[in-house]
Amino acid sequence: MSVRLAAREHRTAWLFLAPLIIVMLMVAVWPLGRTFLFSFTDAYLDDPSFYELIGFDNFVEVFNDANWWVAVKNTLVFAVISVFIETLLGLGIALLLNEAIPGRGMLRAAILVPWAIPVVVATKIWEWMLNDQFGVFNHMLMSLGIIEHGIAWTASSSLIMGVVIFIDVWMTTPFMVLLILAGLQTIPGEMMEAAEVDGIPAWKRFWSITLPLLRPAIGVAVLFRALDAMRMFDLAYVLAASNQNVITVSIYARDRLISFQELGVGSAASTWVFLLVALVAIILIGALRLDRSAGE
Amino acid sequence: MASVTLSSVSKSYGHHTVIQDVDLHIENGEFVVFVGPSGCGKSTLLRIIAGLVPASSGQVLIDGEEVTDVPASKRGVAFVFQSYALYPHMSVARNIGFALETMGLGKPAIADKIGAIARMLKVDHLLDRRPKQLSGGQRQRVAIGRALVREPEIFLFDEPLSNLDSDLRMEMRIEIARLHEDIKTTMVYVTHDQAEAMTLADRIVVLNHGRIEQVGTPLDLYHHPVNRFVAGFIGSPRMNFSDIRSDGTGRTLYGPGGLTLTAERVAGADVPTSIGVRPEALTVVADGEGRLTGILERVEDLGHEHFAYVRLDPETLWVVRVAGRPPYDQKNHRVGLAFADADIFLFEKDGRNIAAARTEIGR
Repeated sequence: MSVRLAAREHRTAWLFLAPLIIVMLMVAVWPLGRTFLFSFTDAYLDDPSFYELIGFDNFVEVFNDANWWVAVKNTLVFAVISVFIETLLGLGIALLLNEAIPGRGMLRAAILVPWAIPVVVATKIWEWMLNDQFGVFNHMLMSLGIIEHGIAWTASSSLIMGVVIFIDVWMTTPFMVLLILAGLQTIPGEMMEAAEVDGIPAWKRFWSITLPLLRPAIGVAVLFRALDAMRMFDLAYVLAASNQNVITVSIYARDRLISFQELGVGSAASTWVFLLVALVAIILIGALRLDRSAGE
Repeated sequence: MASVTLSSVSKSYGHHTVIQDVDLHIENGEFVVFVGPSGCGKSTLLRIIAGLVPASSGQVLIDGEEVTDVPASKRGVAFVFQSYALYPHMSVARNIGFALETMGLGKPAIADKIGAIARMLKVDHLLDRRPKQLSGGQRQRVAIGRALVREPEIFLFDEPLSNLDSDLRMEMRIEIARLHEDIKTTMVYVTHDQAEAMTLADRIVVLNHGRIEQVGTPLDLYHHPVNRFVAGFIGSPRMNFSDIRSDGTGRTLYGPGGLTLTAERVAGADVPTSIGVRPEALTVVADGEGRLTGILERVEDLGHEHFAYVRLDPETLWVVRVAGRPPYDQKNHRVGLAFADADIFLFEKDGRNIAAARTEIGR
């Protein structure tokens, strides 16, 4: 290719990229930059134009706030347990759907329904179903004779984290299924047939062939879900607002920012959330070796 | 080592029948090749023997024991795939030895077996590599090694060389033939490559539309095809055919290019409706000589031999295969074609070869 042609292609490439870069600057870089800037100020939300730079004071304040660490603990507990359950369930259902069972097409479509329902709607539905007096869930347990009185699932401090995890598993397992199923379908059928003819037992076929070849797909799914879980807001907020038992780091940042109007501290909390999520992402990418593909 | 018997085996998917009532016996130690056009069911039949595809009806016997309902993993067969189907995340050594890991052998014993097989297949210098780092030929050797290491009763090959280029294909063909001579295990081999079928097979099975057309030695199929399909399928370039008419008495037959044959009435009322002559049985002679005339349309010079295409009538183009360089100085002129009586094949309306007629034809 001539130098001039190369230069022209280079210009065209930039031309195609320009709209995207402009949009990214407007919707991502600008707000992020503003948040980062405000986190070093004593600004209040009622009038953000008056502020003074106060260094790292906001970061220190968040760091020394016991409520922040409660939120961090809640977020980590929620993320680890929900992603773990979703991965196992997702793998199981994906393996099932990958077999040639009757009605597979219908099942594949049906499994996506929970994921397609907006989080707020799904949460409200579950909240009603779990209601201690009118909920269908308690009604079922009572008619089966398992419990005598309705349990206040969403009011009990010891149960509410379990409820949040349960609803999240119900909502996002389909996403796991979808990603793992896509990974399963890239494994050539003839390879599994070769193992079958060679007399490899089913458990070893799964453990030594399917699972290693699925590792990249599972890794990507876990990463996506973990990052989603780390910044979870809507589910816990709709169910319990700022309940100390399920407050997440995102809800904490929102409370400081909106409820208490502390733009500076709220921004610092948001920046901490960002750093926390980034740290988890780095650890996961390293641990799951997602930078290397299978077969390398 | 084991024999294989298929007894009225059929396979259908819904209303679509892929294998129809196949009976076949493969002797212990025999090398049998399945050939046929694509979609004829040859791969399906192989998979039925392996147990990868269940037969819809009929029985599969290995060494006289019925295995129709025995899963693939318990049949003691080995399967070599066209796609090699190696495990991409394992080294060559582990690919070869993987099946031994659950057989209760110790690690040193497994390593010894892998080493022996790898040396035999000349891949011992590649044991630490991943399949991705190997050439096509090396991958197929590893796949064969993986099959060999279990010392199977029966080897099944599904177009194992189709993904290789022609040089490598010939080399691997010779190696597979040598392998069979060495280990003398029963082998069943599916291919669409005539050269592989003719050179490797003790017997060839010609399949068409899920049915067996003919089973026989390579030369048997070449010289005595039972019908027009087999006659056309075995041999390259394929046999020349043309339709012929009878004069009503059944004694004189006419065809394109001035073809006139006087046939004695053969057993029964068989009336041949088509004639076949192999390209290598024809010679190009001057116009007016020989038994047919046509227009020399095209000559393909391959160096050591050449193909001459002669048009007998608007629908009939015959090919002549001649050793050496073409002596013709021009195209599109009239030539004659000569052939011997013994080289004529006559076919009935339903395609059946009227073999008996061959010796009774005069000019």
